[in-house]
This record gives sequence, structure tokens and C-alpha cells, in this order.
Amino acid sequence: MSIDKDTVKHISKLARISLDEKKISSLSKDLSSIMKFIEKLNELNTDKVTPLTSIINTSLKSREDDVKDGKIRDQILKNSPEKNEEFFVVPKVVE
Amino acid sequence: MANISEFSLTKLASGIKKKDFTSEEVTKSFINNSKKSKKLNTYITECFDDAIKSAKDFDKKKDYKGLLPGIPIAVKDLFCTKNIKTTAASKILHNFIPTYESTITNNLWSEGAFLLGKLNCDEFAMGSSNETSFYGNVINPFGNKLVPGGSSGGSASALAADLTPATIGTDTGGSIRQPASFTGTVGLKPTYGRCSRWGIVAFASSLDQAGPMTKNVADCALLLQAMSGYDPKDSTSVDIKVENYSSKLTDKVKGLRIGIPKEYRVDNMPSEIDKHWKKGVDYLKDAGAIIKNISLPHTKYALPAYYIVAPAEASSNLARYDGVKYGHRSKGNNLFEMYENTRSDGFGNEVKRRILIGTYVLSSGYYDAYYLKAQKVRQLIKNDFDKVFNDVDAILTPSTPSAAFKIGEKKDDPVSMYLNDIFTVPVNLAGLPAISVPAGYDKNNLPLGLQLIGKPFDEQTILNLSLAIEKSANFKRKINVWWK
Repeated sequence: MSIDKDTVKHISKLARISLDEKKISSLSKDLSSIMKFIEKLNELNTDKVTPLTSIINTSLKSREDDVKDGKIRDQILKNSPEKNEEFFVVPKVVE
Repeated sequence: MANISEFSLTKLASGIKKKDFTSEEVTKSFINNSKKSKKLNTYITECFDDAIKSAKDFDKKKDYKGLLPGIPIAVKDLFCTKNIKTTAASKILHNFIPTYESTITNNLWSEGAFLLGKLNCDEFAMGSSNETSFYGNVINPFGNKLVPGGSSGGSASALAADLTPATIGTDTGGSIRQPASFTGTVGLKPTYGRCSRWGIVAFASSLDQAGPMTKNVADCALLLQAMSGYDPKDSTSVDIKVENYSSKLTDKVKGLRIGIPKEYRVDNMPSEIDKHWKKGVDYLKDAGAIIKNISLPHTKYALPAYYIVAPAEASSNLARYDGVKYGHRSKGNNLFEMYENTRSDGFGNEVKRRILIGTYVLSSGYYDAYYLKAQKVRQLIKNDFDKVFNDVDAILTPSTPSAAFKIGEKKDDPVSMYLNDIFTVPVNLAGLPAISVPAGYDKNNLPLGLQLIGKPFDEQTILNLSLAIEKSANFKRKINVWWK
């Protein structure tokens, strides 16, 4: 399946990545060649195969639902590109 | 002391313990070498002053405990290190300073090691040549126009050029084994769940696994032991006993059954690689192993399945980079514009491609056709391995379909780049352990590795077989030092 420019625009919107026209056409070419490669899987009939859900044969361990950390607000805010006292700052969302 | 940086990890650890030399001498030797080797572009962040301080502190200790006493180690810049910048070789994390330490690096420090620096890699570990890094290409010490492989390319080059005594990488589709093969070093991807993923920048969570990269097999056993173990902070890490790999390491492999999969004899494979593989078969035969021809019929579907599963998981994992909580932020007139500009500016081309492929295969109406299909194929690939492991103890293949290639050679064709991982990717899809051990040179004097694939959690057997190959092949490093 080829990925045309409109599809690239649609999925880049979903992925929140802005692209200019030049980039859209080069990506359309690249993604089409990757999808063509992927489509080799269609030769294979997998109707009766159960999809893999876990690669290791162990069950997840359960644990007590305890809070073991917390009180690390300053650490969490430390790497923020923009903050105001105890909040992350982003462009205005609500008028 | 002369040539201290050429010593193996094992020799350095025992030398420091016996006080033949100090941790400070060792550390300074690697720092001096690293400072003279800027042309290789292996480091993203150097921690040399702190390393000397740690070495001096270590030398003052009364008794030296741990598997890695006083050993400086540079690591791939995908492991979060407390108060030390961790970039994943991406612009989007160029200013990220973790406030916590990854479990794996923490395990190394508990054994007496300390950090020498953070090493270059492909951006978010997405690449097979180290050409996707925001911090530029890494050069292979075997030639100034050659790639070191990827994504752990900085790790492999730094190790081969004696800039670190050992290192750790991560392997999602071959990112430890392929660069090890390209640089004449040893690299092991452990069984999925053997090593904790906590604190490692995530790429594809069901495939990612950290592992050791070393100058020889004995070092690999030692470092694997130091890294491995259950971690309650990673729900996919497995709580089973970690062997004492070093003390059980032996080249006595008589009677072990080795599978040779016919599907790995791929089209257009250079005859040299085939010859190299046959040599590996002979080494193991001479050591008393039993060689069996086997079939892994779904091998050719591994790469296409991988290029659905890995980008799908990546698109989801990388959704967190939005310019709000950490990392790079670009300006925008509203929130969505800010997100879109941040991600457009912060991610490089290969990362964008993979996020978009992942978004596409997971998008409404396509999930069954692609992602579900790929997970079914993954099951078939795993079944192939499960079946042959009833009859064999390990599988021998080449590590890569060629030796190191030239910078720029495959950069413009993503699919030809992906084909490099043809022998390594099936192992990740099935969660198995595998090692690349250097076993010879091609006609251009470039190193070639052999891959041994083991049963789940049986790292010991592939280490032992690698030791047998290492001895028989008598691989000697032939690097002409051109970069200093």
C-alpha cells in the first residue's frame, strides 16, 4: 500500500508532528517503501494463529498497593521547560 | 604504566584487587586515551573529573569488594544517570538531567564501578549505523569512513579503541550484536526479562533489553553477572536465579547440539560470510559439538513483522515527548502548535519515520491488518524456535550479512538499512538470548562476528560456546591507530 501525501498529513496530525510540503513528499516516498516491505506478511495465512501477547512465560507479580515515593514535586518540575511555582506552564488552552 | 587501557576488564579487576595498579591509574589511562580520540566522536558527555574523584575515593578504601572494583565505565546515553545529562542522542532530550539512576547502571556502581561518560548512539536507539544521532556520526576505529554499526555504535567504537574497559548497550533488533560484529568486540543480548529496563529510555518495550559489550568472552560473563537480576520496578523483569556466569564459564562444549538454520543462508549473501559461518561450524565440531541442520521456516517474515511491532511501540512510547514536562520545547501560538513544533524540531528523520509508521499501523481501521497480523507472525517465529530447541542446545548463525559499511552508503534507503538486522531481529521477537563473538576478518581486514542463539535464560551455554570459538579462532585485534 502506498502512503500518499494526504495520508502523511493525516498521520502526522495524529502524531502531533508538523511537516512542510517538501518533508511530506519525501516521507510519502519513504513510508511507501517501508509499507511495501511490510506487506510481505500478507503471503502468510494467519487465520488460525493466536497473536502473541507475552514473550515470557511468567505471570505478573502482585504487590501491596502502597505509596512508596511521593513528595518529589521539585524533582519532577526540575526539568520543565517552563514552570510557575508548582505548575507546568503551557500556552493558553481555555479563553 | 604502559598499555593499561588495552587490558581486559577481568585483568583490570584482578589487578586493582591485587594492588598491581590503582583505580586512579586505570581511570587516567582511559581518560587520556579518550581525550586523544575525539575524531571517533564516541562521547556525548564526558564525566572525567568526577571519575578521577571516584577513583581516588576508591583507592582509599580498606578492602575492595564487588565484581568491578574501581573500574571506570562509559555507558550508552540511553541509560538514565542521576544528575548527569541523558539525551538518547536526540535534540528533544538535549537538556534532560534525570533525578534518578537506572537499575542497570546502579547495579554496576554497587559492584564497585563508576561512570566515565555517556556514549553516542543512534537517536532513541533507532538505526543500524549511528548516523541518526543528533550529536553526529560515530566513526569505526577500523576505518575513518566506516560506520561502527548501531544503535550502540558509540559504545562499540569506544570499546574497540580502548576508551572504556567495557560498556553496556541496549538491543531492540540487533543494536548490541551488530556493532559488536562491526568492531571486533563481544556483545550479548540477554533473555527478555533478565535485565531490568527501569530507567532506560524506552524504544520498543516488548523488545528492548540491555546487555554487556566487552573485549572478550570472559569479560562478557563478568559484566552480565553484574547487570542481571530481578527488579521489582520493572514488571517484565523475571525473578529467577542469576548464574555465576564467570565461575561456570568453560570451553568444554563436547556433546552440545548446535543447530544450523538453512533459512539464514539468504539471497545475495557474500560468499565470504558463508565461508566465515562454515569456519564457525568447524570450530565447534572440532570442540566436540554435534552439528544439526535445522529449519526456522518463518525467518523471512521476521523483519517485516519487526517493522510493524517496533514502530508501533515506539510511536506510543515517544508520545511523552511533548515539550511540557522535560526536554526541548519550541514556540507555538496554541498548545497543539507548541506540541507539533516541538516534535517536528526535536525528532530527527528516522525517528519521525518510525513514529509515523507506528501511528499508521495502529490507526483506526488498520490495527487488525498490521499490528495484530504482526503479533500472529511473531507467535509463529517463537514457535519455530521453541520447536528446534527440543533438538538443539544453541543455534549458530553469522551476526550480520556483511562487514562494516561506509558512512552514507545506506542512509537514503531505509529498507536497505533495515536489512542489516536480518540475522539479529528474530531473536528479539522471540525474546531469546544471543551473543556476537568476533571470529575472523574479511578480505578488507574488517572484523566479522558469529552469533550464537540460546534457550530462554540459558546465557551460560552461549557464553561457553563463544569461549570455544574465541579460543579456536584465536581472534587478534588488528587496529591501526589512525585517529590520534
